[in-house]
Amino acid sequence: MADDRMEDGRPKIDRRGALECMIWAGTGVLWTIAGGVPTSLGLVGEAFAADPKGFTFLQISDSHVGFEKPANPNALGTLKEAIAKVKAMSARPSFMIHTGDITHLSKPAEFDNAEQVISDAKLQVHYVPGEHDIIDEERGKAYLERYGKGSKGTGWYSFDDGGVHFIGLVNVVDLKGGGLGNLGADQLAWLEDDLKGKSDSTPVVVFAHIPLWIVYPQWGWGTEDGMRALTLLKRFGSVTVLNGHIHQLIQKVEGNVTFHTAMSTAFPQPAPGSAPSPGPMLVPAEKLRSVLGLSSVTVKQGQKPLAIVDTTLAG
Amino acid sequence: MIKPKDFGARVTTPTARRTVLRTALVLAFAAAGVRPGLAEDAKAKVTIDNFTFAPAKLTISAGTTVTWDNHDDIPHSVVEKNKLFRSKALDTDESYSFTFTSAGTYDYFCGLHPHMVGKIIVKP
Repeated sequence: MADDRMEDGRPKIDRRGALECMIWAGTGVLWTIAGGVPTSLGLVGEAFAADPKGFTFLQISDSHVGFEKPANPNALGTLKEAIAKVKAMSARPSFMIHTGDITHLSKPAEFDNAEQVISDAKLQVHYVPGEHDIIDEERGKAYLERYGKGSKGTGWYSFDDGGVHFIGLVNVVDLKGGGLGNLGADQLAWLEDDLKGKSDSTPVVVFAHIPLWIVYPQWGWGTEDGMRALTLLKRFGSVTVLNGHIHQLIQKVEGNVTFHTAMSTAFPQPAPGSAPSPGPMLVPAEKLRSVLGLSSVTVKQGQKPLAIVDTTLAG
Repeated sequence: MIKPKDFGARVTTPTARRTVLRTALVLAFAAAGVRPGLAEDAKAKVTIDNFTFAPAKLTISAGTTVTWDNHDDIPHSVVEKNKLFRSKALDTDESYSFTFTSAGTYDYFCGLHPHMVGKIIVKP
């Protein structure tokens, strides 16, 4: 990796670079893994045409169930539309991952409503929390009671499926003033231990709510110690990092690492630095579904990279 | 999970605000008689708009109650760096108040979006 791509030990990304690789969309990203490397197949609608053969999983993010502000007065309704898209897929994905902000305010009714809608897809779902999922009185207890089974610490875990090692990380807990997302020493120690004994050729998919790399620190879009996790993953031939939080698609490739952020199913947020704040972006009602979506990923053994397909609700 | 210390603090919704204000005035009068040296009834405001605390730096005298009002479409919280206080998440138009009784400099941030920071300077 050339030094000019690094800055203060972090991957350097300027605003122009971030904007160039940004795509607007919004339902879910369909991922495929080919030759051990995750590759985007694009949005879910396009994935139908691609008819991926191989092990496929879905990413869904930022449902914000309970949100009812002008940017989307019915976030539960658009989540239902996203799940309807999943149900309509011709090739059933193996499972879903949800990269956090399931709810808007961590209220029991919001968790209940989200669960009711998402379970309709009849797929196993692997969750990680967003900062909106841990603002109950006991700061995360509600999330852990529902989704924390078998996880460590504040909800991190790993599992293997389809020849891929999946790692769900939590970077929204115990954030420090003036800082960004945070993994913390305990989780990094666990990660180091988790990776021991895994061969360098094992494809790795890491998912967490806040982008693990520094997208736009002025808006808090990045993880303070994300680079330490990426350093632990350096020896692996194929690493795919899936995040949410920023409610828009940004993709970047750095060496063996592919970074991808998913659209929200609830409301879009502005491109980095393009608005006074990262708050919900109001788009004309008829445009809303073109900026919400899902991602689908397919893993094709023995062929080319993991394929990610991002699909908007409009398609 | 560590339970936040919530002394001297309250979270109000717009509907509850009038009752709280009346209670606060009664308390302020009662307290003024006991400790005339402190500005017990002094109040100050910090507004939250566009993921920003305004004013970012606020100077008050000891005994002043500061109220944070969230005007964003996204919840925010108010967390003192040394855990002196931590509000719950404030949804749109919710507020949180804390009475500063000791002189000093207090740095705080939003627990959800920690790049949002502010400072309260309390004069004796």
